[in-house]
Amino acid sequence: MAEEGYFKQIGKSFTSLWEGLKVTAPHFFKFGKSRQHRGIDEDEYFSDADKAVTIQYPMERIPLPDNGRYRLHMEGEDCIACDKCARICPVDCITIESFKATEDLGYTSDGSRKRLELPVFDIDMAKCCYCGLCTTVCPTECLTMTKVYDYSEFNRDNFIYHFGMLSPEEEAIKRAELEKTKTAKKPLGSGPKKPLLKTKPKA
Amino acid sequence: MFQLLSIPANWLIQAGLSLGLVAVYTLLAVYAERKVSAFIQDRLGPMETGPFGIFQTFADVLKLVVKELIVPSAANRVMFVLAPAIIFISVFAAFGALPLSAEPAETAMNVGLLYILAVLSIDIMGLLMAGWGSNNKYALLGSARSVAQIISYEVPTSLALLSAIMMFGTLNMQEIAIDQGIYSSEKLQLLGIWDTAAIGGLTSWAIVRYPHLLIAFLVYLIAGLAECNRAPFDLPEAESELVSGYHVEYGGFRFALMMLSEYGKMLIVGIIASIIFLGAWNTPLPNIGAAELATWTSGAPGTIAGTLWGSFWLLFKSLFIVFIFIWVRWAYPRIRVDQLMTLCWKYLTPAGFALFLISGVWKLIEVYLMLNV
Repeated sequence: MAEEGYFKQIGKSFTSLWEGLKVTAPHFFKFGKSRQHRGIDEDEYFSDADKAVTIQYPMERIPLPDNGRYRLHMEGEDCIACDKCARICPVDCITIESFKATEDLGYTSDGSRKRLELPVFDIDMAKCCYCGLCTTVCPTECLTMTKVYDYSEFNRDNFIYHFGMLSPEEEAIKRAELEKTKTAKKPLGSGPKKPLLKTKPKA
Repeated sequence: MFQLLSIPANWLIQAGLSLGLVAVYTLLAVYAERKVSAFIQDRLGPMETGPFGIFQTFADVLKLVVKELIVPSAANRVMFVLAPAIIFISVFAAFGALPLSAEPAETAMNVGLLYILAVLSIDIMGLLMAGWGSNNKYALLGSARSVAQIISYEVPTSLALLSAIMMFGTLNMQEIAIDQGIYSSEKLQLLGIWDTAAIGGLTSWAIVRYPHLLIAFLVYLIAGLAECNRAPFDLPEAESELVSGYHVEYGGFRFALMMLSEYGKMLIVGIIASIIFLGAWNTPLPNIGAAELATWTSGAPGTIAGTLWGSFWLLFKSLFIVFIFIWVRWAYPRIRVDQLMTLCWKYLTPAGFALFLISGVWKLIEVYLMLNV
């Protein structure tokens, strides 16, 4: 740098400073024109790349593809309560409770027989890490991800989504029915109960 | 004799006008800064508060004014509290001597420019007090840098202004202003040959009549930028290294005062540059034959039209310079400390001396011609 002459350096500084102003001025004179917010699958996606990048979020949103993978949704009618999703979940955000149905629950939309009542199917979206493993293991494809991504809440409890099929009253009735059938038809060889393992009497 | 109770009403009007001008200008300048930076970076800037976010800075100032004033327990209380006041007063006092138009006549001090430069440098004391009184290493480093920078750049600033002052032969801002327009009673000579007093407009501006002042104008702009501690000379604030420099411990209204004076100083640099170099409150449009553009777009000193046209042209020019400052801030990266000092002592100061010499020789030739022709 010091090799150049004094006045040459001054001239060079002025030309380079002028270049700098020439770079920024055209951007200023676009006066903050907003771009159309297009989805990535649209053809004109790159058409106005030189306009302002700001998305005025709640008023403007970038359109999402339909297979966006954000909030979980469960179609209770199609669930066979196999518990696979709850077991594969890496953060344990799915809680399932089920018991044997006493009546015919019918079939899911893909033809699987439903044999279990589903009183509790809770997903804690505050814990969810959006890995999507639960949707892959679901045998009836009743657990899916939707493109809803903006669902902030003031209360953390509101993040627990309840997809259970039974109200507490219905659950109590059904469980009572189940108890009744258990006592009504005794399995073969049932007599006075014997412990399977003999436990040592406590000292 | 100066008596406290007999302050002329005009002085109070000038003070009130200046305060209003500084306050409104700062609100809009901060908004402009944010918008210009946003547009340059392909963003939109504030959009939520009011139409196009125009009330954003009002909301910000409201928040600052409502906030609690905290003095850190380790700080030197007296210095800490006094510093913003001194900074603000020194900047505000300078506005008193700036002629926004031919009226009010109180701005016609015979030591005008000297007074402004002197009062503005009291600001350095405030910066040092703020940095030292905060008892914070970042604040101290920031203020040390700031003071070193401002004192260094005072030299090229003064030299550039001095070379212009020599051509006018007066320190009175009002006389300098009148000397650059159609209301001048003297001969105004373009390049020493052509009398343009009747034509006015651009042709009577200092940088056109004395072309070497164009370089002085550039020197003054660069040095003024450094004196305002603005990018690319914002080493005292250096967000990435010094948090925010000397005002890191300040909050609420005290911070607002410092912000106000920073932007106020920018406007002062703009106004001084327009008064000394760009024809002050005179119109840029010249009289061309029958189309008397200069006469149409200005009013005689003392009339209401004169005041309005004068204020309009002066503010137009100074705000344009402020806009250049903002533009420059978002175009250039910050320079290093050694580059800062190199620029000041190896480039701007010698240029200032050279201009000083040219002005002196020019005046000598003028006097020689006057005596011999």
